Amino acid sequence: MLELSQVSKRYGDNHALKSVDLAVAVGETVVLIGPSGCGKSTLLRLIVGLLRPDSGTVTFEGQVLTAASLLKTRRRMGYVIQEGGLFPHLTVRGNVSVMARHLQRDAAWIETRLADLAGLVRLPATLMDRYPAELSGGQRQRVSLMRALMLDPDLLLLDEPLGALDPMIRYQLQQELKAIFDELGKTVVMVTHDIAEAAHFGQRLVLMREGQIVQSGSLKALAENPAEPFVEAFITAQLEPMSRLNAVLG
Amino acid sequence: MSRAGWKVILFMAVCGLVFERPAAAATHTAQLGGTRVVWNALLSGEIDAYPEYTGTLLQEILASEGLSTVDELSVALSSRGIGMTASLGFNNTYAIGMRSEQADRLGVKAISDLRGHPHLVFGFGNEFMDRADGWPGLQRHYRLPQTDVRGLDHDLAYRGLEAGTLDAIDLYSTDAEIAYYDLRALQDDLGFFPEYDAVVLYRLDLAERAPPVVASFHELAGRIDAATMSTLNARVKLAGESESAVAAGFLEQSPGLQIEPGTDTAGQRWWQRLWQRTAEHLALVAISLSAAILFAIPLGILAARRERVAHVVLAAAGILQTIPSLAMFVFLIPLLGIGGPPAVVALFLYSLLPIIRNTYAGLKDIPAPIIESAVALGLPPNARLRVVELPLAIRSILAGIKTSAVINVGTATLGALIGAGGYGQPILTGIRLDDMGLILQGAVPAALLALLVQGLFEAIERTLLPRGLRLQTNALGATD
Ligand SMILES: Nc1ncnc2c1ncn2[C@@H]1O[C@H](COP(=O)(O)OP(=O)(O)OP(=O)(O)O)[C@@H](O)[C@H]1O
Ligand SMILES: [Mg+2]
Repeated sequence: MLELSQVSKRYGDNHALKSVDLAVAVGETVVLIGPSGCGKSTLLRLIVGLLRPDSGTVTFEGQVLTAASLLKTRRRMGYVIQEGGLFPHLTVRGNVSVMARHLQRDAAWIETRLADLAGLVRLPATLMDRYPAELSGGQRQRVSLMRALMLDPDLLLLDEPLGALDPMIRYQLQQELKAIFDELGKTVVMVTHDIAEAAHFGQRLVLMREGQIVQSGSLKALAENPAEPFVEAFITAQLEPMSRLNAVLG
Repeated sequence: MSRAGWKVILFMAVCGLVFERPAAAATHTAQLGGTRVVWNALLSGEIDAYPEYTGTLLQEILASEGLSTVDELSVALSSRGIGMTASLGFNNTYAIGMRSEQADRLGVKAISDLRGHPHLVFGFGNEFMDRADGWPGLQRHYRLPQTDVRGLDHDLAYRGLEAGTLDAIDLYSTDAEIAYYDLRALQDDLGFFPEYDAVVLYRLDLAERAPPVVASFHELAGRIDAATMSTLNARVKLAGESESAVAAGFLEQSPGLQIEPGTDTAGQRWWQRLWQRTAEHLALVAISLSAAILFAIPLGILAARRERVAHVVLAAAGILQTIPSLAMFVFLIPLLGIGGPPAVVALFLYSLLPIIRNTYAGLKDIPAPIIESAVALGLPPNARLRVVELPLAIRSILAGIKTSAVINVGTATLGALIGAGGYGQPILTGIRLDDMGLILQGAVPAALLALLVQGLFEAIERTLLPRGLRLQTNALGATD
């Protein structure tokens, strides 16, 4: 469904991505993980076409992305941006339906779809006419997700969708999101820097460092057969706080 | 001028002549800039007639022709399609004036006596400073040594003389102030100043269009002598009567003159006058501001999309802003004539920068994640602009429009300089007649209008600003 081949991207002389190859199959959930600044968001931006690769190609459903085809393909992707990116001047309803209204979808269709999605992400219907400034962080994330799902995209791109949330809500939303993905059977590429979250969502983890993919596979495979010391170090560093907690609790 | 009917023009010809100095006036309700401006307006047919002095014509306007007699002047004029009456009866020549008391103390009776007092400070009207028959010629003719010579408004010069900051100024021999301030008009002992006989100039085609008008211009010849002129001047300047009332009185008491005073603002009640000026002022502001909004917002959008356009557009609008308004009017007069159009264009140009800059800044200040979300959703550029970018930039754009509107209301008062009317009218006349009441009649409504416009735009902002953005401001406000 999605294939990146030898994709490179530079910001000035900062090589954000260096010859990355990645293939994602239909219905698969792939989780990009790695330290801050390793190029995860850049990779998602290249897929959705916010950035153009300096070299290499991005192929979506057998078609190489070009400037001309972008507008169409974007509508087949749902993208939840790292910072949320809700439009502050529009209500929840306005934010979620903005593209559907631009495409002049039937008003009744829009209302039904809104109600369905609200049910899916468990957003109370009473919040439909609120503005983003009147929502909690978790509610905003749900609205971003609704907006990404509105046109029933084939591919979901999520950039740290649970990033800014406190651990309790985060845990709850992780459960809910996983259920949603399973229910919809969508292809998902998701970014996180939390290894537990990655393991929770992904059949496949893609570990990145300094613009390159270091290793790709299940958490178990990564832990048992690390491709280089960095993989082991990364996993250990993430698991360390857990084991300390376990030690205290006995 | 088209909005003044021939009666008004005729009337103006009379009272303009009665009350204006050679600086010249073409319309009565609307004062014009310098002699050149009015002369050009006559040549181009903007106005049909105006009073002028033979000295100005010979020494300044047609100086390059080397004419010396009134007959030669008459021929030169008719070759340009302009007719001229005989002298109306007074010679309003230039003179140099000092306070009598100081002149006595220094023993100055004639202009050549000034040579012995090189440290005297001179203040001359801006026209006198520049024209060939003014200060440059006078200085050469008399070999005057004074170096502290300032150009300033003629009416302010009297005040400077009275206060003692100036020692000598230029006057006209029929000025009412000579007696009032106890001034001495120095004798032109070396015969420098030419004759300044008052005449009426009119377009020859006016004789076909309105023969009685031209006939009555000629009837005026020889009717107004210097003494009459000074008296009439004094009644306006010193007794504070309205120009039109004095002129009308003069016409009534001059049997045989078949001239009807035209319609004039002075005959109206104060509220009618206020209303008319308000309407003129509002028209200037409304037309120029709406045109500026329609033009500047798209330019600001274009600038926000293309950095190169932004550089050019913002620089150009910035330069426009630095042109002094008087200079701007002078540039525009050859293109657009006098009256409303050049004033509207000048105001339009001045209103551009704040709107362009704020549109540009408002669009540029939208946080990147929001733009990215809109792009990633698949909204094409125009829809993005309409649905996301403009609503988010609206506060900044409205602030720009508000700034422009307030500047515009203030600058529009200068429109009176080129005959566009408005609140600047009483302000200008008030400065000329040294009448604070008249100045306030223009300044107070102008200030009120500026406040009103400001309030109006704040109300618009409150209704136009999306509620989500107001909430955001409140949330931000609550944290600090
Ligand atoms: N617009 C930009 N201009 C210049 N450099 C950029 C830009 N965006 C990202 N970078 C740089 O590119 C590299 C990769 O950035 P990217 O946002 O992809 O990291 P990330 O893996 O998503 O990090 P995080 O986990 O902190 O979100 C970083 O070094 C970053 O500083
Ligand atoms: Mg990132």
